[in-house]
Amino acid sequence: MDVIVWSRIQFAMTAAYHWLFVPLTLGLALVMAVMETLYVIRKDEFWKKTAQYWMKLFAINFAVGIATGIILEFEFGTNWSNYSWFVGDMFGAPLAIEGILAFFMEATFFAVMFFGWERVSKRFHLASTWLTGIGASISAFWILVANGWMQNPVGTTFNPDTVRSEMASAQAFWEVVSNPVAISKFFHAITSGWVTGGVFVVGISCWYLLKKRQQKFAKASILVGSIVGIIGSGAVMLSGDASGIHAAEFQPMKLAAAEGLQDGGRRAAFTIVPGIKIPGMLSILATHDLDGYVPGINDILNGYTDNECNVIPSVAEKMQRGRMALDALAQYRALKDSEPEAAAAARAILDENVQYMGYGHLEKPEDVVPPVGVVFWAFRFMIGLGMLLLLEMLVLGWLAWKDRLSDKKWLLIAALCCIPLVYICGQSGWVVAEVGRQPWTIQGLLPVNVAISSLSVGAVKTTFFLFLAIFTLFLAIEIRIMIGAIRKGPETENE
Amino acid sequence: MSYTFLQNYWWFLIALLGGLLVFLMFVQGANLHLGNRKLSDLQKRMILNSTGRKWELTFTTLVTFGGAFFASFPLFYSTSFGGAYWVWVLILVTFVFQAVSYEFQNKKENLIGSQAFRVFLMVNGFLAPFLIGTTVGTFFTGSDFTVNKVAITDSAAPVISTWGNGWHGLEAVGQFHAVLLGLSLLFLTAILGALYILNNVEDATVCGQMRRSIKLNALPFLACFLGWLAILLLREGYAVDGAGVVSLERYKYLHNFLQMPAVLVLFLTGVVLVLLGLYQGAFSKSLKGIWPAGIGTVLVVMAVFFVAGFNGTAYYPSCTDLQSSLTIRNSSSSRFTLQVMFWVSLLIPFVVAYIAYAWHQMDRKKITPGEITGTPHKY
Repeated sequence: MDVIVWSRIQFAMTAAYHWLFVPLTLGLALVMAVMETLYVIRKDEFWKKTAQYWMKLFAINFAVGIATGIILEFEFGTNWSNYSWFVGDMFGAPLAIEGILAFFMEATFFAVMFFGWERVSKRFHLASTWLTGIGASISAFWILVANGWMQNPVGTTFNPDTVRSEMASAQAFWEVVSNPVAISKFFHAITSGWVTGGVFVVGISCWYLLKKRQQKFAKASILVGSIVGIIGSGAVMLSGDASGIHAAEFQPMKLAAAEGLQDGGRRAAFTIVPGIKIPGMLSILATHDLDGYVPGINDILNGYTDNECNVIPSVAEKMQRGRMALDALAQYRALKDSEPEAAAAARAILDENVQYMGYGHLEKPEDVVPPVGVVFWAFRFMIGLGMLLLLEMLVLGWLAWKDRLSDKKWLLIAALCCIPLVYICGQSGWVVAEVGRQPWTIQGLLPVNVAISSLSVGAVKTTFFLFLAIFTLFLAIEIRIMIGAIRKGPETENE
Repeated sequence: MSYTFLQNYWWFLIALLGGLLVFLMFVQGANLHLGNRKLSDLQKRMILNSTGRKWELTFTTLVTFGGAFFASFPLFYSTSFGGAYWVWVLILVTFVFQAVSYEFQNKKENLIGSQAFRVFLMVNGFLAPFLIGTTVGTFFTGSDFTVNKVAITDSAAPVISTWGNGWHGLEAVGQFHAVLLGLSLLFLTAILGALYILNNVEDATVCGQMRRSIKLNALPFLACFLGWLAILLLREGYAVDGAGVVSLERYKYLHNFLQMPAVLVLFLTGVVLVLLGLYQGAFSKSLKGIWPAGIGTVLVVMAVFFVAGFNGTAYYPSCTDLQSSLTIRNSSSSRFTLQVMFWVSLLIPFVVAYIAYAWHQMDRKKITPGEITGTPHKY
């Protein structure tokens, strides 16, 4: 395997580990903020101790999320140096804003939340708990603005003098911020975090019911957790629908891969699993129109006409025009000081073909097809598990509300088993989003083979195994400490 | 706002973030004292719980420092991080271990024992300031890289910034001048850490040990820093003219100080404040030495960044190919990006204000042995 593959594996591994910890942070932040609010409003110590217990688990998880996050941020530079230069002008700004607006909020108020119970007023402490969660959510917003831009690069223009994508105007920043892909991704990611938090809280609380310990605490936590999870699931479905529309519009190959759709058309069927299809459903999901045209993999490779009657060229033609753009760029750079007229001619060719420049780096048209099997099954795992988890929370929330849960042993065990499932669900979602857009780091502009750093395979392999060992160790420790904390239980009365 | 103003403004902010980062590395410096055998386990936990309430600010400042470099000077981000790979990976790994060590070290289920996590904190306390200082030292010594933007048109070898040797940044540890800055930072953070603990922990033995530590670290700090400064003022520097052509200039950095008197005043004020804090910590009964020393540190670091980048200077020079050197002009983001971020940066005083308020609220009471043995919320 070459340095490109190892760099991709390393980044994927880091991102996958990071996403093990972030959703629980987002979800638990909301759960414990709600609980502490109940404590402040009702002046009931029970809610304080309940909130403090989930805070303890939050803190264990939060630390590893931070550790994996810093590696992720700096890997853009260490392993994707060309990418950093090519997109730094667009991508760096959301990242810097994330640092200024979100990270400091999280860092400052996490310390107050965790240590400040006896040092600050009740209201300031409550505000700190909310601000820790809001900080985490703002952080998610900005990183997803950056990620959304990679999937749908709006508001940018290629500057041949600096050889990078640049912000087209000051107003273009608002295009980047309000990028529909970024907005739907933000809501999808953050509310999937609520689902994770909800499923986690419900699952752990069911364990206490199974053990017949801290039952008041467990039932109260199941109620709060299931409400957060149900609201999260509803929002995940709505934002997921928007994501499907956006994929059809901006990344049709991702949608075709997720559906395993070789040849598209109107009234396209949605495949539940191979062999079971719902006629017309894919057209409805992708275009909100039964007669909407959905291109398949072969259509995208060979060229097609989209729903707005735009003729989309074949990949081979895009590659040809991309190579013209690359040659023109090289010529422009070589001649711009010595032969201005020839340089201007090269610039004109470049401008005409620049939107396909990324395709000029591909070896063959099939390079634009992501691993279909991986994306197809990840998509089904995500949707199937998401539905199952919604059902789980509806049932458990209802039974907890009616106080008929304690004797349903199998249901309590099932809820506990749902904890790993919510992680598989979240990871599958990211596999669809990120594997589905291969080979592009920036859709249509920069393929992975051009985005890398100049490193040896040995160097990247070494850091891959180093990070893998560190993150795995941290995960093992986190799980062990969490189990210890769960066994010890909250400081509420054992009733 | 002109493009030049925005570029300079962002270099100013990078310098400010760099200064704040070095100041906040009192966390790393304080953690070096976890190896002090004259302190009991309880006293070490007081130190841990003191730095444990601030480490995230240091960490966040580091991340924001990186993010701000990415956003405002992306060519530095891509060239240095992709090139000086091993140095940055080492720095990051020490911070990664630090991030979990506070939370994990006192838990009995932590698999590898409390002592291991304390060692991680000490390794971070030693390596992070040393390596960051040494890397910043290469802003004056130069590094072995080339930049060729046309490379991106060649699919077979598309990388724009390439490093010239397999050490990927570790070679800086062999550059005497850069190492002197690394050691200066190491001893300075140890002093700042002791000053911070002096101010934040209420325990006679701990405070006595901190004052002793300040005295012990003062001499090597002054020797390394003055040695680094002397070489800096006498060495050739990397000058850049109006057309962007980089050349070597004798006494460039001395000229920078003399041609930018405001920077010289900033630098000298910072040095005096650091010395004042050092004196207060080592020789007076004052517990507030962290404040003059901290403010002084920010001022000195800012002045160092100004000397590295302003007044027609290449701040990240290439000793392999002078014209590949990075300057504020050739490595920055576009005007529009810098302009958007300028407006966002106006929120920084608000961020600083709430940090200061929360800090004040949390530090009104000092950390005492009773807090470690009494409250449930502790590391």
